[in-house]
Amino acid sequence: MKGRKPIGLRAGAVASLSLLAASLFAVALWNGRTVRAEEHRGVEDVDYASPLEVLLSPDGSRLYVLCQGSEEIRVLDAASYAVIKNIAVGRVPRGFSLSPDGARLFVTNSWDDTLSVIDTSTLAVEATWPVGAEPSSVVEDRQGERLFVANRISNDVAVLDAETGAEEKRLLAGRGSSYLTLSPDGTRLYATHVYPNPSPLRTGRENRTAPESEITVIDRSRAVVVDRMPLHAIAGVFHVAFSADGRLGVVAEYHPKNLVTLAHLEHGGAFEDTITVFGADVGKTVEVPLDELERYVSQPFGVAIAPDKSRIYVTSGGSELVTVIDVARLLRFIHEHPAPFVQDLSASANYVVTRIAVGLNPRGLTLTRDGRRLFVANRLEDTISVIDTRTDRVAATIKLAGPKNISVLRHGEQTFYTARYSFQGQIGCANCHIDSTFDGIQWNLEPDGFGRNIVDNKLLEGVKGTNPYKWTGTNPNIPTECGPRTEKYFWRSENYDDLTLTDLTVYVRSLTPRPNRWKLPGYQLTPAQERGKAIFERSVDKFKKPIAEYNRCSYCHSGLKGTNQKLFDVGTHKAIDNPGLLKATPLTEIALTAPYLHDGSARTLEEIWTVYNPEDKHGRTNDLTKDELNDLIEYLRTR
Amino acid sequence: MKKLAWNALPMNDPARLRLWFRQRQQVSPRFAGIASWQVSGFLRLSWSLSAVHCCLNSLPRVMTLWTIALLSVAAPLAFAAPPEMPRYRFENFTTANGLPDNHVFAVLVDGDRVWAGTENGLAVYENHAWKTYTTADGLAHRAVLSLALDKRTGDVWAGTMAGLSRISGGRIDSYTQLTSGLSNDVVYGVSVEGENVWVATAAGGCRLDLRTGEWTLYNERNTPMIEIWTYGVSATPTKVYYAVWGSGVLEYDQKTGRWDKYEDPDGENEIVLFKDQGLIHEIVTSVSYVDNILWAATYFGDSRYDGRYWHNFLTKDSGLPSNFTNFIKGVDDKRAWFCTDKGLAYYDGVNWAVYRPSLKDGKPEMTVRDAEGNVTPVAVTTAPAHNYVLGIDFQGDDIWVATAKGLSHGIRQKQ
Repeated sequence: MKGRKPIGLRAGAVASLSLLAASLFAVALWNGRTVRAEEHRGVEDVDYASPLEVLLSPDGSRLYVLCQGSEEIRVLDAASYAVIKNIAVGRVPRGFSLSPDGARLFVTNSWDDTLSVIDTSTLAVEATWPVGAEPSSVVEDRQGERLFVANRISNDVAVLDAETGAEEKRLLAGRGSSYLTLSPDGTRLYATHVYPNPSPLRTGRENRTAPESEITVIDRSRAVVVDRMPLHAIAGVFHVAFSADGRLGVVAEYHPKNLVTLAHLEHGGAFEDTITVFGADVGKTVEVPLDELERYVSQPFGVAIAPDKSRIYVTSGGSELVTVIDVARLLRFIHEHPAPFVQDLSASANYVVTRIAVGLNPRGLTLTRDGRRLFVANRLEDTISVIDTRTDRVAATIKLAGPKNISVLRHGEQTFYTARYSFQGQIGCANCHIDSTFDGIQWNLEPDGFGRNIVDNKLLEGVKGTNPYKWTGTNPNIPTECGPRTEKYFWRSENYDDLTLTDLTVYVRSLTPRPNRWKLPGYQLTPAQERGKAIFERSVDKFKKPIAEYNRCSYCHSGLKGTNQKLFDVGTHKAIDNPGLLKATPLTEIALTAPYLHDGSARTLEEIWTVYNPEDKHGRTNDLTKDELNDLIEYLRTR
Repeated sequence: MKKLAWNALPMNDPARLRLWFRQRQQVSPRFAGIASWQVSGFLRLSWSLSAVHCCLNSLPRVMTLWTIALLSVAAPLAFAAPPEMPRYRFENFTTANGLPDNHVFAVLVDGDRVWAGTENGLAVYENHAWKTYTTADGLAHRAVLSLALDKRTGDVWAGTMAGLSRISGGRIDSYTQLTSGLSNDVVYGVSVEGENVWVATAAGGCRLDLRTGEWTLYNERNTPMIEIWTYGVSATPTKVYYAVWGSGVLEYDQKTGRWDKYEDPDGENEIVLFKDQGLIHEIVTSVSYVDNILWAATYFGDSRYDGRYWHNFLTKDSGLPSNFTNFIKGVDDKRAWFCTDKGLAYYDGVNWAVYRPSLKDGKPEMTVRDAEGNVTPVAVTTAPAHNYVLGIDFQGDDIWVATAKGLSHGIRQKQ
């Protein structure tokens, strides 16, 4: 996607080639593997379309495709698939929807915090409205009065005037608020979120808890949250769909198993890939497994229900599949088998009709009004699969215009998202690094010992140049982190070939931080941030005593990314941790990545110092007043 | 103040006489106390004299006629019905009918829902049933001291003995001094205005910006606050007021970002040298800013401030049942409710009504005090659950009252 392009690469081919050559050389040196860059493999950072979502016009004549990579909406003839027009929108578009009459198309641009309003008669952007932080989806109500926008960073749903775009208010949603759906009767909106909500409770001596998520239910007319449907043990909740009669709702989701050691792939011990169904047909929320013995449908994302409510279709981004579920059989199974049965890998045989292979990283999908055709956006293949729902076969594949060659970055991204390398195709990198970020979950990894060394998953943005890796700094570079470590302990199956590992490494290194929303324009600091910066950089405490170099914030968290890449004892060692020091973690987008510390024991930035720094080992902070600690945190949020 | 024209008193017309005094009272609240005593004393004296005269037949005829005439004027006044004040039928909730605890510190009405902050959880009354949120649900502490509603979103904010909680669509997110920028865990007051949540804590005030997540603390270092024990807060688009224990009332101007302070002109002396000179006392427990009027409650009387003049209320010169006021809530620029340790009081700008179980025998009691200071009992069959009143909120014409022994629903009765 364009938003993740390294700036250096965009500057020109020379820089790109140099960078790639350097990285390849480094990888080649690393353990003697032979790396060979094939000539046909483009190294330039090209604009792949990367179709993420698809929509049909109300009359079914047009197919709208949200292309995240090329940052445009492509309008196709839904019959001939010919291109009608490409419409440029903002940075890294993520979600779109049509007004009820189809006259306007709303597009959320997640990296520049805007909403593009497209007039579908002229196919031109008629307005661009500023909205909240990282808008990810948008829905207009039936009355044409209000727009609802899910903002991923601010964890809310903004309510906008549909005519002017003026923001009325924001409603608290789940953490990483991202996807919105209007109920068929238009009275309620259902919002989901991609990161688990902060856990208020702790369990035992360690800080791991099963993730908790929700479907936020919003009353349209009052524009207030009226319910939150809890999704236990779910982290990563994506699209919601309803049957036409409104009696059946379904949501695609990840079910991580972070309370067991991540060493049990052979026992299905990493993730369940599930949907949750709800509504009058089922009576309550019921989690339904999609996986089956020895076959997983990794990274469920898009979901649609046939107009006659006969089928549910679910895309799986990591498995390159569309799962087809027979609704009648599913409902019968649910009524005959009291939940929970989510761990039952034989369950899906009772209601899964078939699994249809589609392109790479299938995401959004949409059905024609008659339900005969299903369009699936294959994000990392620049294609749209057209499925004939009567035969459950791919009837056509629409190739979107774009580069023909697969660049190193593109191949790296494909490798990142696919689950094909792991045992039984259970997981890919993107399971724990949702949309190439993080998951907000604490895990127990096998190399560190069963039940020992609980670690918080880290953000990948800006990871380049922050080696060594792992909290303990035991992995010297990204190829080690992504290669032997991942292959041996995570995938437990197929190794990458040298070229694939190289490409994956290049992709991971290319992940640049998203725009920081706490920074003022022009990189000015607020008064509180200024005061916090002074505390961050101070060398003398409030009692005029010098602070040892190793105990200053700015020493360990130095440089652009906030790490001097050295190891320290900051007094956060737990009884279940193996002896050793911890790496000064980068501060990149630190405001987004709660919880904190190596094991996620600090739920908030404040807790790092109010709870876990009693001896001033994690910086000299105990001389600070509460006001000053708040200032320090305000500054850290700008990093 | 206009000079009083005593010679203009319409002595021969009781209706005009009463109107005249009302007009004078509006000119100067201070006058009301003096004048009301005088007029009522005058009437009582007249009535007494007339009664004596009726028993004596030896007086000259002219005097008899004068007495009859006077009696005919004074009697209707002396036996006049008390002013019409709102009457309620109180239905009381305790642990016996669903409340988690009888100690109710705060009450909040949100449409058909009623929230009660109790010593043992946050209870919500909806569809004739109580549901209680506890620490197991994420509530910061079991003792809920204060409540505020975000009218835009429907979220409820609860100040507790160990942090601040946000209840949104059934989900509770809590903030403490360890997990957030909250200045102190003891949250006595909370108020929501726009995108800001204003909090009164045992260590100063603070503001949470819901857009940015930024906490700003207000204490002795950046405000005129001497004591940092803030007891209540009332936030509006123009002004924010803090009730500060021992440090008067703190005012924040939303436009200029400046702080100002109102203190008792008599300092910490427990005397009032000049009535209505300023805030009645330093120990302020509650503030309510409505229609550009500040209502302030203290443990030593209450105050009303219109931006220029103060008017103070004490038991000796008003209908307050006690000077010890826990909570105050203005209705508009003239009317307010006072939650005291000796009952619930309502002031309509002229008259007072007190609702409580009798201090003598516990029987339901309602009294009305008119502008002249006449106190008239009103026959009632119900009363708030207890004299010790800690909070009030409105539900249309009804009231909900938090007391030390239960929550009361005052159902307005037609009169």
